[in-house]
Amino acid sequence: MAVNLFYFFVFPGLLFVAVTGAFLSWFDRKISARVQFRKGPPLLQPFYDFFKLLLVKETILPKQGSPMMFLMAPVFAVFGAVMAGVFILLPLFNITTGFKGDLLVIFYLLTIPSFSYIMGALASGNPLAAVGGSREMKLILSYEFTFLLVIAGIIMKCGQHFDLYTIIQTQQSGTPFIGSISGVLLFIVGIFCIQAKLAMVPFDMPEAEAEITEGIFIEYSGPAYGLIKLTKYIMLFILPAFLIALLMNGFRLNGINILWAVLKVLLVVLLITLIRNTNPRIKIKQAMSFFVIWMNLLAVFALVLIAFGY
Amino acid sequence: MGKKTLIPIGPYHPLQEEPELFKLFCDGEIVKDIKWETGYNHRSIEKLSESKTYDQVFFLVERICGICSTSHPFAFANAVEEIAGVEITDRAKYIRSFIGELERIHSHLLWVGLAGHFLGYNTVFMWAWKYREPVLDLFEMITGNRNSYAMFRVGGVRRDIENNKIPVIRKILADVKKKTDLLTGAVMDDPVIHARTKGVGILTKQDVIDYAAVGPTARASGVAIDIRKDDPYAAYPLVNWKVITAEEGDVFAKAQVRLLEMYESISIIEQCLSGLEKTKEGDINVVVKEIPEGSGAGRAEAPRGEVFHYVVSDGSNSPARHKIRAPSYVNIATFKKSCIGQTIADATISLAAVDPCYCCTERLAVAYDQKSGRKIWNAKDLIDLSTGKTSELKKNLIQLK
Repeated sequence: MAVNLFYFFVFPGLLFVAVTGAFLSWFDRKISARVQFRKGPPLLQPFYDFFKLLLVKETILPKQGSPMMFLMAPVFAVFGAVMAGVFILLPLFNITTGFKGDLLVIFYLLTIPSFSYIMGALASGNPLAAVGGSREMKLILSYEFTFLLVIAGIIMKCGQHFDLYTIIQTQQSGTPFIGSISGVLLFIVGIFCIQAKLAMVPFDMPEAEAEITEGIFIEYSGPAYGLIKLTKYIMLFILPAFLIALLMNGFRLNGINILWAVLKVLLVVLLITLIRNTNPRIKIKQAMSFFVIWMNLLAVFALVLIAFGY
Repeated sequence: MGKKTLIPIGPYHPLQEEPELFKLFCDGEIVKDIKWETGYNHRSIEKLSESKTYDQVFFLVERICGICSTSHPFAFANAVEEIAGVEITDRAKYIRSFIGELERIHSHLLWVGLAGHFLGYNTVFMWAWKYREPVLDLFEMITGNRNSYAMFRVGGVRRDIENNKIPVIRKILADVKKKTDLLTGAVMDDPVIHARTKGVGILTKQDVIDYAAVGPTARASGVAIDIRKDDPYAAYPLVNWKVITAEEGDVFAKAQVRLLEMYESISIIEQCLSGLEKTKEGDINVVVKEIPEGSGAGRAEAPRGEVFHYVVSDGSNSPARHKIRAPSYVNIATFKKSCIGQTIADATISLAAVDPCYCCTERLAVAYDQKSGRKIWNAKDLIDLSTGKTSELKKNLIQLK
């Protein structure tokens, strides 16, 4: 029990993913700043942001709407993200527990933050949040199936194994899955799904600052908003980590390979950052057709390639 | 039709730098109707102008808008010079056009950046504003200010552009041109920007004529109106340039018109510089002693469209009446055509596409009590309040005697 609590709250759970995620968030902001000829924030800025929201800022509750749901939603989001993080990172750090790292469980856990955001947005009673919530819903509908196809591709590649341990083992004893044509295709599709899951440009229409003023988060303030920030930090770490586990060999934690593991995470985050800095926000309709038609086609094509052994 | 949701854009909203309120009545994401309220920023410029001397009014009208701060003095100078019947020197004409066009470049760069920001493309935002910096530096070098240049006066300009500065100006301009090429390439060839802006917020030629839209908003719909060509002033008849138009009338066409106009502006500036080299240094002013009785209308092409100033003089040293019409005031009305039927995402960029400038638009403020809907104060009430107070003070003064 105690060890499980340790897994959840300290390593590889809450504390570890939050701190790593915060540093990655700094990395993302710094790279964006450099791309935009700005100086960028100091290293500890994500921590300042979070603790300011948590300790200094007051919580303002919207007059209309349901305060209970509104305040619980960020808590659900954090727990969902940490839970998914634990189940992704345990196999990655090769810590064996009773849990086998079932991909579908992780898949479902990863959707919890998005659903919590929608709940919170709809509970706030703000029309802009409602628009944001409906956009987030449409976005989920479009990218989740594609993400499932990517996972299906991985399962096919490693011979009908659903657990992350085996997937990582298979890659580490053979070649990483990204080393084949189908693997590259799955990686491309996967990175766009991650971009959408993180709600980053070009898929940030649920927040869309210049249109609906942060949409789903418009009514949040103080500690509740701090928790949302925390969820975002965590997601920025665990989603790239998940992709690395699925396609890029996972982590090997001995000697120089630790550096490789860090570089791999930074590389995926860098890719996400560059995509977000070289594209405008697209419309929700365009995002839907992008995933439902093009990304699905690409994913299915990858599945066909896998079936023929490429 | 189902229940409509009110999506407010304003009074304070990241889409707009200034306070105003657009009420989008939406069914789901589709905008069904739009209403707008301006008047958050009323400063009674026209009335103030009547209490200032002609020389002071230039500084006042310059502050109508911080971005197009030369177009208003330009139009005012045209109006007053029409009353006085003054023909300014060629060198002053070249300097005026130089400032006007440089302002157009910085204003259009500013819009490109903002449009990028509204589309969530913050890289374009930062890049465009970085490339705008050398233009502002150039302004500072010539006029001493980054904005509000204080260059104009009745009969000419206040400062000369010394001929020994011209090579440096040419160098900076070449640099600006290179950066503009880069930015134009990045915006015009980006397939995602095409997907976001093509076919969005379309204004047809007829719409533009019906709503009397002006400036790049009209030119993007194939209506070639440009005061610089239609009613030539300053050095514009002396230089070679063409009016940029596009046919589509969508947001992309508006961006295209603005980006290509920057090249025309650079070309005009280069010709003005050659003109400056030909004319005598220091010959920038015609002395105007008195403004006779009469009235004059002055027009100027601001970066956003036609600025119109009408001045009535009673022979004294300040205008008896000063009427201003700024371009955003007419362009805002086109939202009725461009936004209805679009999604919120499209409507917001359509709102931004006319490059609205609200401080140009504010002419009267009326406040309403939210609960009872009762009018609290309008301009007349405020004036009555003010004059009432003055007369009361006067009465007290008499009693004291």
